[in-house]
Amino acid sequence: MTAKDALMERYQDLLSVYLKAKTETTLYKGQQFSRKLLEQQISPEDLVSLHIQVMDQLFPDMSEEMRDSFDFLLESMIGYGFAYREHQSLRDKQQQLESEIEVAASMQQTLLLSDVPGFDQLDIGVVSVPAKKMNGDYYNFVKSGNSLSVAVADIIGKGIPAALCMSMIKYAMDSLPEEQMKPHLLLENLNRVVEQNVHSNMFITMFHGVYEPESHKFYYAGAGHEPGFFYHAKEDEFHDLIAKGLVLGVSRTTTYHPYEKMIEVGDMVILLSDGVTECRTSKGFIEREEVVALIRKYMDLPSQKIVENVFQELDRLQGFELRDDFTLIILKRLV
Amino acid sequence: MNLQINQDQINETYELKLTGEVDAYTAPKLKEVMLPLTETKGNIVIVDLSGIEYMDSTGLGIFVGALKSSKANSSSLKLRGMTERVKRIFEITGLTEVMDIESGVKGEAL
Repeated sequence: MTAKDALMERYQDLLSVYLKAKTETTLYKGQQFSRKLLEQQISPEDLVSLHIQVMDQLFPDMSEEMRDSFDFLLESMIGYGFAYREHQSLRDKQQQLESEIEVAASMQQTLLLSDVPGFDQLDIGVVSVPAKKMNGDYYNFVKSGNSLSVAVADIIGKGIPAALCMSMIKYAMDSLPEEQMKPHLLLENLNRVVEQNVHSNMFITMFHGVYEPESHKFYYAGAGHEPGFFYHAKEDEFHDLIAKGLVLGVSRTTTYHPYEKMIEVGDMVILLSDGVTECRTSKGFIEREEVVALIRKYMDLPSQKIVENVFQELDRLQGFELRDDFTLIILKRLV
Repeated sequence: MNLQINQDQINETYELKLTGEVDAYTAPKLKEVMLPLTETKGNIVIVDLSGIEYMDSTGLGIFVGALKSSKANSSSLKLRGMTERVKRIFEITGLTEVMDIESGVKGEAL
């Protein structure tokens, strides 16, 4: 017996039981049966045709008008049949797209993956978690000569356009000559690339810094990025790490201000994306002071443990539902 | 949360009063109303943000797009009545330097 025959038999049973007893239970079974029909991809007009066959068997003496009316109904269902098949094919296409996005997302991760470099003088911790499949936050570490450069960026706009834009940033950064690796110059260069190449609603916020181990100086500049924090060990105090500047991609002629800071033993540079400070809980937004309090709570641990613990606590406060991509980076001077 | 947009017009001056949130979900609605107004030469578009408690970066992007459009089309775009939270993100992103923003910030309380 084919699946279709089995369905027909089942339909016949249900219908005859219902016509005899007219119970709610049988009606309910009819409802459940419709799910089976969908599973077997029975289209609306197939069901009407099934109904006609069953009725023919149950009532061989059915009046001619009744019989004809079913034929008419069958013709009237044709439009629904088309809609049903279109729905089927759209669903197939959607599944195909989703799997392609999966592939693209994992490709993006591989392309953009930045290894946290081993660096004797600094203890580095990084956590970067996307809210959806594709991460709109980007971070990058590059060791050049003795110094270490670190970038964190947030691409506005989510999903695929943001991901494509991020690849552009990565390759633009990779192709800059070394003398332009000074943070404020790097931002100026990137800004020109971004301004020419992104959609008018899109922009990028970015923080870029370079640590020079000989002078223990941290050079940095910012393009509209959420300020990080600087922990000054001697005073045991956290300060905002302000680096003012316009976001990338708004005005071609923007220039950026160079900043620098002495980093002493035990000091920490903390970089973040706005997903960290835009965390929403049932009680409202998480304030920057609360993020600082969390970092303070764990700051005796290695940097990687600090960022992981802070992320876990913030994630829990949000009910484990990230609204925005989340990136937190800590650089702590060891020696 | 939703976004409500009330529009007034006197000659070439359009005033949009926004209430609610400008985020990834409501931003397209704002763009649909605001962007065409900036595309006509000589238009003055004033956006009152005093009813906005939350704006995310996608929302900010709509204002960046409108700013570029107003420059390209010789119209003007003015923002006013920002709450502290909204003002902060315009400040951090440096947009306060390039946008016409009327001073006189209203507090969080509405």
